Parts: sequence; C-alpha cells; structure tokens
Amino acid sequence: MSCHGADFCLTIQQHSPIFLDATFSCNGGQLLALVGPSGSGKSTLLRMIAGLSRPATGQIICGDSCWYDQAQGIWCSPQQRHVGFVPQHYGLFPHMTALANILAGLHHLPDHKREPCAREWLARVHLAGLEQRRPAELSGGQQQRVALARALAREPSMLLLDEPFAAVDRATRETLYIELAELKRELSLPIIMVTHDLGEALLLADRMTLLSHGKTLQSGHPREILARPVNEAAARLLGIRNLFDGELLRHDEQAELTWFRSGDHLLACRLDARWAPGSRVRWMAPNSAIRLRAAGQGSLPASHNQLRITVRGVLELGDEVRITAAFAGQELPLHLLVPFRLAQKLDLRVGSATDVVLLEEGLHILN
Amino acid sequence: MDWPALVLSLRLGGLTVLLLLPLAIIVGRWLAYRHFVGKSLVEAMLALPLVLPPTVVGYYLLTGLGGSSLIGQWWEQFFGQPLVFHFSGLLLASLIVNIPFAVQPVNRAFESIPQELRDAAACCGMGFWRTLLTVELPLAWPGVLTGMVLTFAHTLGEFGVVLMVGGNIPGETRTVAIAIYDRVQAFDFNAAGSMSLLLLLLSLAVLAVAGGWARPAGRRHVLPRR
Repeated sequence: MSCHGADFCLTIQQHSPIFLDATFSCNGGQLLALVGPSGSGKSTLLRMIAGLSRPATGQIICGDSCWYDQAQGIWCSPQQRHVGFVPQHYGLFPHMTALANILAGLHHLPDHKREPCAREWLARVHLAGLEQRRPAELSGGQQQRVALARALAREPSMLLLDEPFAAVDRATRETLYIELAELKRELSLPIIMVTHDLGEALLLADRMTLLSHGKTLQSGHPREILARPVNEAAARLLGIRNLFDGELLRHDEQAELTWFRSGDHLLACRLDARWAPGSRVRWMAPNSAIRLRAAGQGSLPASHNQLRITVRGVLELGDEVRITAAFAGQELPLHLLVPFRLAQKLDLRVGSATDVVLLEEGLHILN
Repeated sequence: MDWPALVLSLRLGGLTVLLLLPLAIIVGRWLAYRHFVGKSLVEAMLALPLVLPPTVVGYYLLTGLGGSSLIGQWWEQFFGQPLVFHFSGLLLASLIVNIPFAVQPVNRAFESIPQELRDAAACCGMGFWRTLLTVELPLAWPGVLTGMVLTFAHTLGEFGVVLMVGGNIPGETRTVAIAIYDRVQAFDFNAAGSMSLLLLLLSLAVLAVAGGWARPAGRRHVLPRR
C-alpha cells in the first residue's frame, strides 16, 4: 500500500449524502490548500481524513498506515489516526482553561511529561502567562493559537486546518499567516488547510487542490494553477472572468507561439500544441496578462496582441477600479482590475478608448 | 401534619431522581446524537405523559401492572407481592410519568453541545467514556440538573397517577398530595393547609436553589467567542 511517493494520499468517491469524487496527495512539510466555494465538500473531506465521517468508497493512506480502504474493509477511528485537527471555530472545550485544553490531548504521554509539554507549546504559540484563561476570556486569535497548540502538542501524523482564519479579524489574520508560515517551516508533517480564500492559499500553500461540487478539478502549485487552470470551471473558481471563444489557426514552433482568432483579432499565446489548427478553443486572459494605456499617453510592451478597447463601465472598489470594456468583434466584455491611481492617471471613464496589450505568456487555452 | 406521607413523598422523589438520572443521560444523549427511522415517534412516546390526563396514564398503568396483567403476575410470582397499591408500583409509575421531565432537558443540553467539540475530543484521542465524563457531562450539567429538579418537584406534586396506581394506603402509597386530598375530604382544613404550605415552600426552595445553581454553571460554560 503506497501513495506513489507522497506521504499522504486520498481517493474518495461517493454519491450520497453528498457527491464526492476527490483525489489528492500531500508530502511531509508541505501545506496543501483545499480551495473551493461553500458547499463544495472541502470540510466533509477534512472530516473524512480525520476519521470523523466515513466515505462510501475509496482509500486514505498516511505514511505507512492505511486509515481507510473500503475494498479491504479497513477503517481507523480518529483516536487511532492521531491527527491534529483545528476546526473552524477551534473546538476548544469552553469549561477548561487553555492549559487544560492542551492537556486534554496529551493522554498518550506519561503523566509527568504532560504539563511541561503543554506549557512548552503554549509558550511556542506566544501564550505563556495565559494558561489559566478559559476560551471565553481569550481573543479569537488567542483561541486559534490554543487550538493549534493542542493539535500540535499531540505530535500528530498530520495537521488538518478547517478555515483557520475565517473567524478572526483582518489584522489578527495577517499575524497568524506569518506565524503559520514560520511554524510550517519547522514541521515535517503534511498539513491540509481548507479555505475558500484564494489569496490565503496563494500566500501559504505549497500545493493547491481546486474543488467544485465535490469534485477535484485540479491539483498543483498554486501559481501554476492560477496561470494554467485546467478548464473553464477551474478558471471561474479562480475568479478569472475574461473567457472567450476562438479558433486555433497555427502553431509557430520557431517563435514558440500558437496563433488563434477571436472576434476580429488575431492573437498569439505561448506554444500550446494540444490542439490542431482549425479547432474551436476557449481562451482566457487573467488580469495579470493585461497591460493598458490611455490614447496618447505612456507606452506599451512589445506584443503581438494589441487591442483597442472602449470603456463601458467603471466601478470603484476601494483602492481598485473594476473596468468593463468592449473590443471589436467580441460580444463579451473584457474585465480589468486597475489600481485606482492608475485609472485616474490614465483618465479611464465611460466612453474613453484606449489600447491594451494581452501578454502572450499570460494568455491560456483551456480544455 | 402527616409526616409519614411527607417522608414517603421525599423517598419517592429521591428514588425517582436517582433511577431516572442514568436513564435520562443514556436516552437523552442517544436521541441527541443518533439519527434513525422513527426517531420522532420515539420522542413523541417519551413526551406522552406530558399531554395525557394523569387519569389516562393511571388507567393504563393500573391495567398494565395489575394482578391480571403479565407484568403484574410475573412481579407477584418473583417478589411475592403485587405491584399495584404498593410502593414499588408507585415508584414504577412515578418513573414512567417523569420520563419527559427528566429526559427532555438532558436531551436539549446534549443537543446544544456543538459537533465541533465532540470532533475535537475524538481528535484529542478521547474515547467514549472520557468524552462523556470530561466534555459532554460538564457542559450538559445545567440541563441534567434541571431535569432532575423538575422530576423531583413533579413527583412531590403528582396526584392523579399516584391515586390510581397506589391508592391511599398510609405508610405505603399515601404521598403528601394524597394526604392533602384526604384531609380536605375529611374537612380537616388545618392539616390540609399546613401540608399545602409545606409542599409549596419545599417546591419553591428546590426550584430556586437548583435554578441558582444551574445558571452560573451555564454562564461559566459559555461557548468561545466567534
């Protein structure tokens, strides 16, 4: 029984009570982010890994031990799996002090080792001195730290975090990000974090798995997934709104470019030989691939993909401006997210026309 | 003042609480965490004594436990005494009538413990007993206490079922409530009045003390800020 080189792997299929068709793996020292919208089955999968819920079919393997194998009738209880689990609201026992909460997870240690271990972990998460506080007397961030300390003090075989930053304010979240990133460096166990926040995944994860309606769409390095989503569903999950139809024209292997037509435009992207010339394709332009300038101002990088767009809508969102623009031959608008100062400087308002460049390396043809 | 009746009432109340406590915890927890077909029917059956007139419950208990019933005959063969018109029958009736008073608050208390805490307990390596004793019961304690107090107070005040199943045998089945009725029937209003006042004060004291006891406990166990 092996994970083909990974320290943890999971395959689960079931139709009820909720549909799941998930496969992913994670290595020791890596943080895998399970990303998907609410109701996509992320938390259910996490509970299945912890042994709190039983899948219909599949296999869960961690290191040398098989935790679940439907075919062989193997099932380990949460107690046998020895995982560190931090639920969304931390699951701290409200009638126990911070110290007692950590001690509650240390019954596998001999008596005399428990308290020093619990105190050491409280100090490690910067909570020395708060041992006797009950959870209600701690802030959200402190509660999260106690929960993390409780999970890690058990020396678990893996760490599971369910939306760990959802219940804390923004300032605390920033601090906790840094702390988790530092902690991750010191730990050699696989960490799986469930989140619906893509930014959080990009910030902390070494690997990312996209989930939609219980199905894993794509796994890989977060930046790689963001740049090359496997299909339209994955692209939409990543918040990419510029998705258009086109027709593939030819591959230019010397220039390492693939040419395609979309609307009235001839566009080029990095060589992608998966499709034959003449195929209908769906392509995407992430915001990072769009460069713009107002007519008569500034300069554009050299590119084959220069378009003239007309601004149709401007929506200010804090320090950013969301712009919708039309371009020749396309019914669907192009969406741009521009820093507020740049939008001001370029005088982007409804009706104004400007040139944009779509960087070849940023454009991507979807499956 | 009919002291033997008061002692009998207190004994009946105490024994009912003692015997119903484990049952209420087992059934209340089971109903809180298990989902099965026919659960609402089970819950309805457990709540029946709340809505039925005591005479109806008394009638079924009398016929179900009487000398001509299977249970009654078996009991008499085994213990050499009848179940009805005897303290043991009274206790059994009291247990049955008080099931909703004991089970419902305990059930609600277990239900109010978030799933997350029980998940966390399992992931902390706690087994069934340690979770029950160190996590669930300390958190469900106010509900358990409420259930037990309600049961005790209700047993002191129960009249219809007691009269139907136990009758009015001094020292055996005559509780304070029956004794008061008995005294009123005999136009002995002085005795009825003093016993009524005692029952009133006793019930009030039990409810007040238990209420004061359960509330700080409930407040102490507030769930973490979200």
